[in-house]
Amino acid sequence: MGTTPCKYDWPEASKRKLIGKRISRVDGPAKASGRARYTYDINPPGLLYGKIVRSPYAHVRISSIDTSEAEKLPGVKAVRVIQKTGTEIQWEGDEIVGIAAVSEEIAEDAARKVKIEYAHLPVFVADADLAAAEQAQRTKVTKDDQQGDVEKAFQDPDAVISEGFYGQPVICHCCLEAHGQVTQFSDGPSLKIWQSTQGVSVNPGQYAEVLKIPAASIDLVCEYMGGGFGSKFQVDRWGIECARLSHDAAGEPVKIMLERAAELQVAGIRPSLYGKIRVAASKDGTLTAWQSESWGTGGVGGAGVPPLPYVFNIPNQKVKYTAVSTNTGGARAWRAPNHPQSAVLTMGALDDLAAKLNMDPIDFLTKNMDLAPESLRKYYLDELPIARRLAEWDKYWHPRGQGASGPVKRGLGVSLHTWGGRGHNSTCNVTIHSDGSVEVALGSQDLGVGTRTVIGIVAAESLGLPLEAVTVKLGDSRYPYSGASGGSTTVGGVSSSTRRGSVDAREALFAVVAPGLGVPPDQLEAVDGHVRVKGDPAKSLTWKQACAKLGTKPVQVMGKNPGDCNLTSSGVGGVQIADVSVDTETGIVKMNRMVAVQDCGLVIDLKTAESQVFGAMVMGITYALFEERVVDAQTGKALNANMEAYKLAGIGDIPDLVVHMMTGPGYDERGPVGLAEPPTVSPGAAISNAVANAIGVRVSTIPITPDKVLAALAGPEKGAMA
Amino acid sequence: METFEYARPASAREAVKLLAGGNAEVLAGGSDLLARMKDSVSTPNRLVSLREARDLRGIEYTAGKGLRLGAMVTLEEVATHPETRRHYAGVAQAAEKAASPQIRNVGTVGGNLCQRPRCWYYRAGFGLLAMQDGNSLIPNGDNRYHAILGNSGPAYFVSPSNLAPMLIAFGAKFRLLGPSGPREIPISAFYVTPKTDSDSEFALKPGEIITEVLVPPSPGPSAFYELRQKEYFDWALATAGVVLQMNGHAVKSARVVMGQVAPIPWPSPEAEQSLAGKTISAEVADDAGKAAVAKATPLSRNAYKVTLARVTVKRAILRAAGMESA
Repeated sequence: MGTTPCKYDWPEASKRKLIGKRISRVDGPAKASGRARYTYDINPPGLLYGKIVRSPYAHVRISSIDTSEAEKLPGVKAVRVIQKTGTEIQWEGDEIVGIAAVSEEIAEDAARKVKIEYAHLPVFVADADLAAAEQAQRTKVTKDDQQGDVEKAFQDPDAVISEGFYGQPVICHCCLEAHGQVTQFSDGPSLKIWQSTQGVSVNPGQYAEVLKIPAASIDLVCEYMGGGFGSKFQVDRWGIECARLSHDAAGEPVKIMLERAAELQVAGIRPSLYGKIRVAASKDGTLTAWQSESWGTGGVGGAGVPPLPYVFNIPNQKVKYTAVSTNTGGARAWRAPNHPQSAVLTMGALDDLAAKLNMDPIDFLTKNMDLAPESLRKYYLDELPIARRLAEWDKYWHPRGQGASGPVKRGLGVSLHTWGGRGHNSTCNVTIHSDGSVEVALGSQDLGVGTRTVIGIVAAESLGLPLEAVTVKLGDSRYPYSGASGGSTTVGGVSSSTRRGSVDAREALFAVVAPGLGVPPDQLEAVDGHVRVKGDPAKSLTWKQACAKLGTKPVQVMGKNPGDCNLTSSGVGGVQIADVSVDTETGIVKMNRMVAVQDCGLVIDLKTAESQVFGAMVMGITYALFEERVVDAQTGKALNANMEAYKLAGIGDIPDLVVHMMTGPGYDERGPVGLAEPPTVSPGAAISNAVANAIGVRVSTIPITPDKVLAALAGPEKGAMA
Repeated sequence: METFEYARPASAREAVKLLAGGNAEVLAGGSDLLARMKDSVSTPNRLVSLREARDLRGIEYTAGKGLRLGAMVTLEEVATHPETRRHYAGVAQAAEKAASPQIRNVGTVGGNLCQRPRCWYYRAGFGLLAMQDGNSLIPNGDNRYHAILGNSGPAYFVSPSNLAPMLIAFGAKFRLLGPSGPREIPISAFYVTPKTDSDSEFALKPGEIITEVLVPPSPGPSAFYELRQKEYFDWALATAGVVLQMNGHAVKSARVVMGQVAPIPWPSPEAEQSLAGKTISAEVADDAGKAAVAKATPLSRNAYKVTLARVTVKRAILRAAGMESA
């Protein structure tokens, strides 16, 4: 952020009418009433239904494909072979044949009539077992680094050392709205695509490249979305085939929505991460050494290197990571890629070390704050005491395993996290019409998080109008380019472009209105639905009167990010505390409370910001206690590719959630930084630490299910690999 | 889903006629069957809906005679039926815990009793016994939810019904109707462990349906206890139904039947003997739980279920005795 004042700067706190207030989503009524049209609701005349014939096996070579019976079925309009005979298939559910038919039932019938023969190849899916992966030659060491003198630090006679195994399996995104699209090909050629996507402005170019249709002739629409979480950036192979099926079916529109099984098999996963960790501190609790040997899978292509040790740059460290290749559907960005997994390994290991040191883990983290990135220390040091108070830590925390008697044990655990965020590239058109109505149009997308609302708030605030005076148009690639929604960059991007566009539009309006008020334009201000002379409120026009002066020439300006004045920055910190009760007879964990104290720079809408954090905690509780993709090691077949055995938390599993957003001096000046990723990082670690605090032993891996809790209670040997 | 014929007869007798021959399935609430059809686990060419068969409805209690439940009575009707709650508390609890409110409103007594196993190998298309190349995939596979009793093979799945263990504990029987007329069978004899992939886990003859459940007069307090990880929308990890006949403060005789632990509802004479003559206490209940699982033979990944089954039996006994917090 610049230090010299700039006309685009965010208004100071005392002047904000909307920014930072708790404001309901503008599209809430449309969603609650069912008027909002999601991709699934798009049914153009002549619609055909697409179905994909998928490999029922995890690792095979296609020996033959016979689509003749499917093609003969009345109602079938197009059949396409996606992967030819001879192709090696590397995961269950991979796409082989696409079919378009006049009804979903006929498309399914036709799919069953496709005859495919396969030659079986060796299957490997057991990513939790590094030795087995090495033996199967499915590993690749992608990091092996050292800093400082690790051996010496561990050999220090004063060192207190904790060793442990920590980890988590592959999980899936489980968007409430499945992946899907409707695609219509027209001669020209041109393409209309309704797609549930995080990249409205970006994707047409990707379709153009593959389909050899000018990007200028592709229009992509995504008005409403039911979540993406990182899994909906791609133009999928089946999405390309959806367009080709429409082409082959004489330009009739084709809809493909993924079934839940396909969602869980091919629509993206979060990589697993397991690790053996040694960590040392001096007797006063100062961290001195870290050694980790970790591994995980994101499918055939392995997985990216996790940031270990997480947040704390321990002076002496040895870090090795091995990517494991498995015959399973590939990874996609999952909210804060690699951070939640790294938090489970790091914050779990640090918590165990604190227990060994007989230190309160909050004190332990605080003591080592010099090892956290300098830019984040202040946030953590502000946040930890607030989290401590909100969680009633001093009342409920106890040294590990020293809780109440009786079979149900209560415990508290803490974790902290970081994320970059920033503002992505964004352009928008801001229009002030002569009737006083205002619109902001941009090719962004609202994944369900409140982007529409945030844009409206920024424009309304900048123009001195109520929120309902602004119409936000997004979700169409015909609007000006705005970046894909990933990495917590959307709010930063769209609010900055909207701010610049709105300020410029306001100035353009002032230029028209100023002569009539007898002052130079820079003496005007837009406040409370009026354009008035600064310091002389009696000289004013209503917003409508002012805009009427525009006559037949509405104001239209383009707002951009980046641009003059830096309105956003990067790097946020957050702290979470979990409060659990564990039934030691059954191993069932119940959440009592979860506290999140989160920074995200300037909060535009406190309500949707808090909602982001609530959602992140719900998702976090789910992956901490329930979620796991289960694949049979003998056959490579998914055993829980459905919503009954792939468990998600229900409302009854969610406790009192307490969210505290950091705002005010020291936070607001940085502008909006982004919030989607950070609060989803800590829940696994915080809940795992809370369970350890409750029962006195570490449950090595999440999800913390009854079998693992009982095994951990039975003894460390049994618990280690459970 | 494969195409199929759909019939909606007005009586049980008509239904039986429509079930004769071919590959027909009975449609009650549909919450299990339709999911199996969508996954091609079941591929009937005819569905016979019992929705209009009025003679399969009704829930009646007669003092001295007992309780009669029509097969198409919903789980919600059972859970909220005042006399069932008063005289057969365990049955009402089992129905209430069987499903979410939405499912309880469509799910039926007959459907719950004939629900197919939730075994994830079965549901993934490997067949009821999860066989591949003549061997079961379960012993070396992910058997975390599989049987800990009655699991010498080749069946390793667990009987999923909530009502069955509780009704067996009450000594209830089914009235069946088939092509050769009605017959009655103790529920304990209805569930069988299949030996081959073509065997059923139910002792139903071709074309037979359950028409009624007949529960004899209650001998005393009862309870059902279910353990599951999630609060709602989750399959049980272990259940137990307990019926106590009291003699003053002492147990004269007890019936203890476990669910989710074996391919059939699993009565525990060991637990019953352990309770006989005792005054219920936490220790007595725990001893009965231990006795119930003394012969358990866990698979590679489900030893924890032995603990859960033991705790479930203990808690069901304490609940039946009105000492749940003990």
